[in-house]
Amino acid sequence: MLQKGETAPDFTLDATPEKKVHLKDLRGKNVILAFYPADWSPVCSDQMALYNEILPYFEKYNAVLLGISVDGAWCHQAFASARQIHFDLLSDFEPKGAVSIAYGVYEEKFGVSKRALFVIDANGIIQWSYLSPVNENPGADGILEALENLKNK
Amino acid sequence: MPTLIPPVNAMDHVLGKPDAAIELVEYGDFQCTFCGEAFFIIKQLREQLGGRLRFVFRNFPLSEAHEYAMDAALAAEAASRQNQFWEMHDAIYTRQSDLNEGLLLQLATSLGLDLRKFREDMESPKLLSRVEADFESGVRSGVNGTPTFYVNGKRYNGDYRELPSFLDK
Repeated sequence: MLQKGETAPDFTLDATPEKKVHLKDLRGKNVILAFYPADWSPVCSDQMALYNEILPYFEKYNAVLLGISVDGAWCHQAFASARQIHFDLLSDFEPKGAVSIAYGVYEEKFGVSKRALFVIDANGIIQWSYLSPVNENPGADGILEALENLKNK
Repeated sequence: MPTLIPPVNAMDHVLGKPDAAIELVEYGDFQCTFCGEAFFIIKQLREQLGGRLRFVFRNFPLSEAHEYAMDAALAAEAASRQNQFWEMHDAIYTRQSDLNEGLLLQLATSLGLDLRKFREDMESPKLLSRVEADFESGVRSGVNGTPTFYVNGKRYNGDYRELPSFLDK
């Protein structure tokens, strides 16, 4: 798993069947990458639904949040629409898991991304990363602390 | 292990004595059905543990997911201004399946609140920022869904259905 100080590998992934997101285009902003195993985990304790509520706090730190899983763009679209998710969910679908592998957070055994968080600074350098137990929603306290540290640099 | 930030203080809604051995803090959403279930567990737990337990409720409305969560939180805070926070808290959870704006007003009426003041307080920016402050403290404390509990300042990661056996040791 990539650690603090390493350059964040660039990628271009589908956010919807019509929209692609290129990491490099986000230079100048902090970027939060939230890798997660799959769409459609149970409500109320769902990590992406929680982050959806916290978006205004991330924006205060000039940060863009991107969710990433191996689900296809159509699946993400249905999930985002059902849960009214207001940030991009990227499809690490083809070649499957390539970006997750590049960040060192692919779970070979189950063919899904691990539950992992990265905070990347405005210059594309990883400033914080965290691997969560797969069944545990890591919340957002670690992300906010990392963004706070970036601000105070 | 995530810890409660800030610790329980004078701003909080507290049931039980400050010197109770167990301090249980819940971050809850009034429309979340899991919180609704936890409400009855806590109620039983309070009877079971009596003076050993101090219970604190903080708002964590998931407003994107739950249409009435924020209104319900504001209603409880507005009731608090008439010293009936817990009465409103209990009433909302008891009638959770009927929750809508009409119900909140109906509950305020049946609690005998001054309705004009209640309505004004529901619109008050001060109450909104109070609920938002609760929410933000939850985010900082590592709330990862609702309900999230803290036992003596440390996040409880287990199933809330097992809280009674966890606490009564």
